[in-house]
Amino acid sequence: MTSGSSTALERRETRLAWRLMVPALGLLALVAAAPLVATGWESLHRHDVRLPWLGRPFVGFANYRQAFHDDRFVTALEHTVVFTAVSVTLELSFGLAFALALDALARGRAVARVVLLLPWALPTVVAALVWRFLFEGQSGIVNATLVWSGLAPREWLAGSFSAWVPIVFGDVWKSTPFVALLLLAGLQGIDASLYEAARLDGAGSWLRFVEITLPLLRPALVVALAFRALDAFRVFDLVYVLTGGGPGAATEVVSLYAFTTLLQDLQFGYASALAMLVFLMSFMLALFCIPRLRVSVAPDR
Amino acid sequence: MAAIVLDRVRKVFSGGQTAVADLDVGIANGERLVLVGPSGSGKSTVLRLIAGLEAPTSGRIFVDAREVTDIPPEQRDLAMVFQSYALYPHKTVRENLAFGLRMHRVARAEIDGRVSATADALGIADLLDRIPAQLSGGQRQRVALGRAIVRQPQAFLFDEPLSNLDPRLRGETRAEVVALHRRLGTTMVYVTHDQEEAMTVGQRIAVLRDGRLEQLATPLELYERPANTFVARFIGSPPMNLLKGRVTRESGTVRIETCGQIITIDAVESQILFEAVRAVGIRPHDVSLTDPQHADLRGRLDVIEPLGHAQIAHVTLDADVRVVVVVRTETPLSVDSRVGLAFARNRLLFFDDAGRRLD
Amino acid sequence: MIPSRLVRPTATALLLLAWAFPLYWMVTASLTPESQLFETPHIVPRALVFNHYQALFAERRFWMPIRNSLVVAAATTTLAVLVGAPCAYAMARLHFRGKTWLLAAVLAVSMLPQISIVSPLFLVLRVVGLIDTYPGLVVPYVTFALPLVVWLMTGFFRGLPSEIEDAARIDGAGRVRAAIEITLPLAAPAVATTAILTFLYAWNEFLFALSFTVSPERQTVPVAIALFRGQYQIPWGEILAGAVVASVPVIVVVVALQRRIVSGLTSGAVKG
Repeated sequence: MTSGSSTALERRETRLAWRLMVPALGLLALVAAAPLVATGWESLHRHDVRLPWLGRPFVGFANYRQAFHDDRFVTALEHTVVFTAVSVTLELSFGLAFALALDALARGRAVARVVLLLPWALPTVVAALVWRFLFEGQSGIVNATLVWSGLAPREWLAGSFSAWVPIVFGDVWKSTPFVALLLLAGLQGIDASLYEAARLDGAGSWLRFVEITLPLLRPALVVALAFRALDAFRVFDLVYVLTGGGPGAATEVVSLYAFTTLLQDLQFGYASALAMLVFLMSFMLALFCIPRLRVSVAPDR
Repeated sequence: MAAIVLDRVRKVFSGGQTAVADLDVGIANGERLVLVGPSGSGKSTVLRLIAGLEAPTSGRIFVDAREVTDIPPEQRDLAMVFQSYALYPHKTVRENLAFGLRMHRVARAEIDGRVSATADALGIADLLDRIPAQLSGGQRQRVALGRAIVRQPQAFLFDEPLSNLDPRLRGETRAEVVALHRRLGTTMVYVTHDQEEAMTVGQRIAVLRDGRLEQLATPLELYERPANTFVARFIGSPPMNLLKGRVTRESGTVRIETCGQIITIDAVESQILFEAVRAVGIRPHDVSLTDPQHADLRGRLDVIEPLGHAQIAHVTLDADVRVVVVVRTETPLSVDSRVGLAFARNRLLFFDDAGRRLD
Repeated sequence: MIPSRLVRPTATALLLLAWAFPLYWMVTASLTPESQLFETPHIVPRALVFNHYQALFAERRFWMPIRNSLVVAAATTTLAVLVGAPCAYAMARLHFRGKTWLLAAVLAVSMLPQISIVSPLFLVLRVVGLIDTYPGLVVPYVTFALPLVVWLMTGFFRGLPSEIEDAARIDGAGRVRAAIEITLPLAAPAVATTAILTFLYAWNEFLFALSFTVSPERQTVPVAIALFRGQYQIPWGEILAGAVVASVPVIVVVVALQRRIVSGLTSGAVKG
């Protein structure tokens, strides 16, 4: 069965399709794909702009090996993974809570939507600054509340663990709405008659939640998990503005470390390897998620 | 007005399924042809191939003796009425009707004239400034029809145009479509899954199954002389009774063994190759109930369906063999009674092991 | 205490209030006089002043980043839709080999960490002299907005019954004509949603803006407020005022179009 020969009509359609797609594909190839390849190529060289006399020799995977022996990178990676795990868990939990709450809401849906959408829609920079302000040593309301309730205030941004608190809070504050709205859409897609049948069968609300809601919400949960995990892993803006990676490198994440190495240390080769590692790890994470996403990408016929 | 020819047309979709297999169909100029078949038979695909919305994998298509296989739909000068009407939702009825004429660069004045005339003829003149969302289902159907008529195309293509209509409107609209064809005389290719609609609308009917043409003939021919068991059971309601059996011929008499009983029929001057028979067909209208003593077959009356103008009796012969009989309303019937079936001899049809009718 | 049927709505209201608090606090603090900013804060402010806003525009010339962000976001939105919609149409409606892979590739770009390409992009932009210019931001922005645009518009076009376009083609309109006269008007809502989400993306973007602009003449709002420096201490009053100003367009868009945004988000993301 030959599938090769196409009719004139089909060829016409193919030509039209390509003409319509070329601007977008061209842009993507030029501005997204080509630089990625360039970064990959650069990562295979030693290129320290501060030491130009060393030239730009090809060193294969040396930069990558260096990365895994680099304590700072490994630490940043640990930070990133833990941050991702914690944030995503919190976001899914809060998101589910919000979704359930909104689903049951009879009135005021619009207000709830606005309140939830705003943190998500605002620039990450704004979120970062707001949460930094909340946790500020002197003028921060968090400390004020602690004092008011008789507890001791602290310099949140100065502690290597405590500096993570505003970061996590900020990410959860900003990203939960997306998860909540996604899950809400999923909830609203569940046939109400399933719950009615369960009630007639004598199932209480907890059982109904576990047996009906959770399983049917699974696709939406997986989508939310995938999107958030990918985004959390690549986090940059929030950390850069909130703590700058500090104190020291206590809140440094991999994207930030790559950025610093690039623009401050000017080690282009090494920074490129770090950037490629961030890409490769994100890519693997994405590959892991895609089969579970059941995203309809195939043409419908 | 044009004749349409499909020459060895084949359509295989990218998923691998063959929708249309080596179809050879010739539609005469001005003819009203119906494509009928169960869902998945490829009839809509054939229509789309004629329209140019699909390209055949192989084969050629001609409209008015001109090959259109490589010509895009906008240049084929055909008009189509869709099952869902496919009216342009953001345009008024007038704009819907005028669209095709505009695309063909017809002069403004003529467009206005033709639109008004068509709207008047269809009784939708007072709807011209409304948009589809403001119309009822029946009104939308008329607009869809109007959009096709106003174009004065070489042929009309109808894709199950009545399926979305209220059942009560269907009969009326069906008659109108046929009347329309008589008036305009334009070639019409009509697709439906309803065999009754096919029989009433088509001058000739093409019965399709799994992309293959089973038979192309007039309604009467399909009914009286179906090409195979599929056509035999597809056309006619209730469906033809098919009984497995074998036939032997003995000097002037034909013995049909079926369902554990034997039917004898007199010397029949037929050239039928009786040895090849594996199934016998008889339509429910050609079976009558009689005294079990003198009947061809005997069975138990299981179900009676009173329709008002007739009764449908389901008789069970041996385990799992059911014969359906159409009986007059006046005839008294009682469930579970033992009945006899008499077959009209000249209405028996014989089929071989491949399902083909033997002649 | 509280009647049982009110427990849930009350809890929800409290949760929403808690979620909205940081925003409330941001606005309040931006209106608090400098002197009180570093004292113990009050939940309900005692006095409201506009000093910070005045300083923002008078001394820091904040209108410049605002102008830059508006220009860049508007240009990005327009171009992203103009380039992405036809591409989405082709992917949704037309048949050609490799469609699945191409669509996957386009969507995959959204998974690219920006840090992975910022360096070569910077070098190229510098070579062609586009650092610190509008095109220098718009081009990368459009590129990275494309996956979202294509994703949303493809989904929309697929959902549109093709019969209406088929009818137009049979009526005599070529594919392109049918797309423009028939499909496009019907696509208006989807285009609007896509435009909103693209605008928000461009308005909020930080890393590229930080890397590809140098002078205040071209810096966008997120970069500008992130780089605020004070003489003696962090000028929180002005920073928060800047944050509020940065948020205003976003708030306006969200309040006016929240239904559309939600439908765009959820339709784009959950396609099972």
